[in-house]
Amino acid sequence: MIRTWVKSGSPWIWLNAAAVSANLLIVLGLLSLIAVRGLGHFWPADIYTFEYQKSEKNSITVIGEIVDTEIVSAARALDSGIKIKNAEKEIKRFLVKTGNRDILGSDFRWLTDARINNRSIEDQMMVVERLEWGNLYGRLISVKTDSGVIEEDDNTWGLLHQKMKNILILRDKIKNIEKHDIGDINYKLERLRLRKKSLQLKNSLDTEALNAINNERDQLNISYKKLQANLAKLYKEIRKDSMTVEVMNNKIVNIPLASVVRVVRPNAMGLLSKTGFYFEKLWEFISDEPREANTEGGILPAIFGTVMMVIIMSIFVTPFGVIAAVYLKEYARQGTVTRIIRVAVNNLAGVPSIVYGVFGLGFFVYFLGGNIDQLFFPEALPAPTFGTPGILWSSLTLALLTVPVVIVATEEGLSRIPRSIREGSLALGATKSETLWRTVLPMASPAMMTGLILAVARAAGEVAPLMLVGVVKLAPSLPLDGNAPFLHLERKFMHLGFHIYDLGFQSPNVEAARPLVFATAFLLVVVIVILNLVSISIRNRLRERYRGME
Amino acid sequence: MANHPQTHSESRLQPAFGRAMGMRMFRDTLAHYMVGLGGMGVIIAILLIFFYLVYIVMPLFAPAEANKVAQYNLPQPQSGKTLLLAIEEQNEIAVRFTDRGEAVFFSLQDGQVIGEPHRILPNRLRSRVKISGFTAGQSVSGLVGYGLSNGRAIIAKHNYDISYPGDKKLITPVISYPFGNKPVQVDARAHALVALAVQNDEERSSIAAITSDGRLVLTTMQKEENLLDEEESELTFSTYELIPVEGAIKLLLEPRQQFLYVVDKTGFINVIDIKEPETPRFIARIRVVNKDESISTIDFLSGGISLLIGTTEGKLSQWFPVQTGEKSDALVRIRNFSGESSFISAFSSEQRRKGFVSGDNQGNITLYHSTTGRKILTIPTSKQTLSKIAISPRADMIITEDVNHQLYVLHVNNEHPEVSWSVLWDKIWYEDYPEPTYTWQSSSASNDFEPKFSLTPLLFGTLKAAFYAMMIAIPLAIMGAIYSAYFMAPAMRRVVKPTIEIMEALPTVILGFLAGLWLAPMVEANLPGVFMMTVLLPAGVLVFAFAWQQLPISVRNFVPDGWTALLLLPVLIFLVWLAMALSQPVETLLFNGDMRAWMANHLGLSFDQRNSIVVGIAMGIAVIPTIFTITEDAIFSVPRHLTNGSLALGATLWQTLTRVVLLTASPGIFSAVMIGMGRAVGETMIVLMATGNTPVMDFSIFQGMRTLSANVAVEMPEAEVGSTHYRILFLAALVLFMFTFVLNAGAEIIRQRLRNKYSSL
Repeated sequence: MIRTWVKSGSPWIWLNAAAVSANLLIVLGLLSLIAVRGLGHFWPADIYTFEYQKSEKNSITVIGEIVDTEIVSAARALDSGIKIKNAEKEIKRFLVKTGNRDILGSDFRWLTDARINNRSIEDQMMVVERLEWGNLYGRLISVKTDSGVIEEDDNTWGLLHQKMKNILILRDKIKNIEKHDIGDINYKLERLRLRKKSLQLKNSLDTEALNAINNERDQLNISYKKLQANLAKLYKEIRKDSMTVEVMNNKIVNIPLASVVRVVRPNAMGLLSKTGFYFEKLWEFISDEPREANTEGGILPAIFGTVMMVIIMSIFVTPFGVIAAVYLKEYARQGTVTRIIRVAVNNLAGVPSIVYGVFGLGFFVYFLGGNIDQLFFPEALPAPTFGTPGILWSSLTLALLTVPVVIVATEEGLSRIPRSIREGSLALGATKSETLWRTVLPMASPAMMTGLILAVARAAGEVAPLMLVGVVKLAPSLPLDGNAPFLHLERKFMHLGFHIYDLGFQSPNVEAARPLVFATAFLLVVVIVILNLVSISIRNRLRERYRGME
Repeated sequence: MANHPQTHSESRLQPAFGRAMGMRMFRDTLAHYMVGLGGMGVIIAILLIFFYLVYIVMPLFAPAEANKVAQYNLPQPQSGKTLLLAIEEQNEIAVRFTDRGEAVFFSLQDGQVIGEPHRILPNRLRSRVKISGFTAGQSVSGLVGYGLSNGRAIIAKHNYDISYPGDKKLITPVISYPFGNKPVQVDARAHALVALAVQNDEERSSIAAITSDGRLVLTTMQKEENLLDEEESELTFSTYELIPVEGAIKLLLEPRQQFLYVVDKTGFINVIDIKEPETPRFIARIRVVNKDESISTIDFLSGGISLLIGTTEGKLSQWFPVQTGEKSDALVRIRNFSGESSFISAFSSEQRRKGFVSGDNQGNITLYHSTTGRKILTIPTSKQTLSKIAISPRADMIITEDVNHQLYVLHVNNEHPEVSWSVLWDKIWYEDYPEPTYTWQSSSASNDFEPKFSLTPLLFGTLKAAFYAMMIAIPLAIMGAIYSAYFMAPAMRRVVKPTIEIMEALPTVILGFLAGLWLAPMVEANLPGVFMMTVLLPAGVLVFAFAWQQLPISVRNFVPDGWTALLLLPVLIFLVWLAMALSQPVETLLFNGDMRAWMANHLGLSFDQRNSIVVGIAMGIAVIPTIFTITEDAIFSVPRHLTNGSLALGATLWQTLTRVVLLTASPGIFSAVMIGMGRAVGETMIVLMATGNTPVMDFSIFQGMRTLSANVAVEMPEAEVGSTHYRILFLAALVLFMFTFVLNAGAEIIRQRLRNKYSSL
């Protein structure tokens, strides 16, 4: 029976079916892995209080959230220096995020299940998110204000929240002054310095110009002093309050509220408030700036940088890609040369992206950028202006990388337009360019859109070339701001894809950064999958439409 | 527009209309040229990539050139015969040290003497002692030493101060005395020093010498820092008597001051260990030349590890100590340099690279590079024997003196001597290595480092990564495509195909980070499970299929024919879970609970966490959609009448597939594999994140690799523009470009052919 079954070829068919299922499983598994890990991070986890038998005599309390559970074989556990009882073949252990890096030295520790005497979830436990040193876990003891110390009672928690609201307002004010007002002044001062240098280089720095520059500088310095005084006041105000918290092992620490971002008691939260908190955290993630070497806070600059870069790239890639496709399809004489060009363009889509990065660095940054600096920005030399990686060069490099995609998609769109439409237009007396402009191109526009969307999706996910031509782990200022000329094409920028690489592989605290990497990856995947689905659906609709015309 | 005569005649009647018509025509022509211009521009811009890469790479293989820029008589001949020539960093001033103990500085361009000759031997001593010996330290140190007839030595150093009085550059030569300006007692018995060697560094300094009565003596100097005043630091000297060597004529002291090389008259080098100068040890006596020739010049290569030996027969060879495990050889001949067979009379090493220059008795200057082992350029300069030669610190100027006291200055353009075909692809014996190896090590902290630019390990890594990726991708993608194109129900295919294709758009940085941070630790922890999966998955599927076949037809009818893949989803999930769940017990049962340790002990395999399995899986996943889509299209577009004919003749589905469909579609499948291969070869982020990026040449599945693309990504931002390293990285990019371009073009041509074939069927 088995023999006939094998002879029928049916097992092979089943194996082929298994291959499809495996492929599907990989896709779905990957997407759901990223989604679950990425989105799960923001859900407020319960805080456990463990009674942990550290050694025979010594027992300690460990406070934290469980991040990971694993089962290790005894041999491997022995290798990594864990003492175990002889009888056990394998042990279960938890990775606990204990936070309090400033006190304990590290954020995480492994706890062996067998040594946990007791674990409980106390309502009182709170998580303090801080500007530095990561989270702090502990129990609120008292709040100190200038009017005195308020000990723990039912009102303290409310009072703390009130204080925190105040603190957040103050911090916003401080940030506004530091980032915007003082940033503006610094930018203007730098501008003045360059103007002076440039006049010097041209040998036209007379006393009048010098006086004007000095005047302006003095004025800026005066407003800077004013802002400084203002800042000092705000800082004094924000540093007034603090709280005392009892952390692991009954230690009491004093925490200035100025360094606190948020305090929550996740154990006491209901489902509704947890959901609220979840969306609050999610919003913070996409709308806030990163803190603590990118391992906390949000990724707004990376989103912004990616979007900016893609927009600038689209401005280059769309017209040129479309023109090249129109030329190849409508104007060039169809023959061997055109065919070779078409094959070459097709193949360029398969050339490794890092090659484009190398070209971008050599040609755009060092050659073009270096010459632009010599010609237009001699006052800033030897500090390079355009002769260093930046957003313009990144966009151009990616435009070159994605232009084959646009050409191929547009050409396909053009070739789908029935001859009859073109001939009809020509027969009515329209010139070739009018036919193109009025009938062919509008009809092919969905195809161009498809090409552009695919190009954008590819550019958004590309990292390797960007590492050479302009991306950085932390950009001090965005490429778009309130200072003339508003768009700063020479600036470096942050990018979602590079953010993933940098967080996951260059970060000093990879374990703490891991959830954010997943969250960033999820965001990137969502954007790219949506872009691709849109382009697929446009293409399908287009096909249907022209099928009817033929 | 000749085919619109009617419009034309009307335009004569209505001038306004005619003007508008002309405008339209003009616009049409304009559009024609603009589009043509733009289109060609874009295509040229794309081609520019290739030409720019070539343009940057070309200088690597450009031949060196040299031209004579000046010739003049010996400046200040009354100061004595030249013992040493040297050029300073800016190529403005040259110096010659004479046998009368004077340093004559002169302009390199025209030989004008600058200032008074500097007397290194103080005047008051000139009447009492004579100069009996001379040595020059390594050119980078600027040290010279004179041995005196009273057993003392005076060591000087030439240095150049740069100042900008009135915004003009002024270079002032300075002579300093690192061992103090009083002559140092080297021989306690006060015999004349006929040959000496000197080394000076922060911790320890030494002078070794041969005395007129044939003994070897050594003086070391320690600097005691005076805490109050750095200038007033105290120098303490100790003198030692070493083992005498018969017929010793020349000494060489290596920079670490551990070994002293003593050259004797018979063409032997005697190696003496002076790590502890109180108890010197004689290590070896090595013949370095043939019986019928003798050593004419001998010097260190920059870095002081290699010895270069020139002979009276015009042979040149490189030697250095080699340590192989426990065994060590004091000096081994590493390579010979081909040269004209004439007497090597003068010799100088470059300061920052592993190049050197020699002069011979026929007046030729020859440039060499030691790593590549090649002769770069021969420049006929004079008709006479060249007695002295020096190369500038930047290796772009050479000054040489012939026996007629003529000085020649040459400008050299030799940017990339360290690159040759064999350096890039062959085994090379590098300094301090026990044997020739393929090594990539482009930079190091030290200045006189020998760069190792072998692309072989990188290319090997690239192909290794691609190989393992294809091992995963080819079966999954092609088998999946067969099922999806040939067996799957159309309704399901419409969903499955785009789903798998979406994966192609997944940024590789995400796959890379999942591989590095999630998959790698998981594979490490469940190694037996991963191996079991390769057996368990197909076996489990077959068992399930057989069991399904035995079910009553009424149950089987619940799942129509093209939907079986859906049925397998839960089966696969279960099997994967099973493999993972069994991993731990199997590991405990068979491998003592730790498969990694077991492999290391029993098989001698070392294990990297980020290894080929991880890269293979991650990059396989990245390549699957590419191969899947193209294969699927190729199979799906096999004309229906072929399959129908085969089925009508009584062949089973499977027979039709293997004998008709796959055979017809095979060129398409082949081109799919080629395109997938091209993608795997060029992929950067996955290999960057999922491997350890160590350039090893090891096919082990448990080891990582470094690929061309990852190497470029890592090193490119730090490479100095225009340097050899920079250009070699461009070369790596060019190799990748060519490789993928050829693969893709091949695949494209095959697909075109296939399309024509189908349309003719």
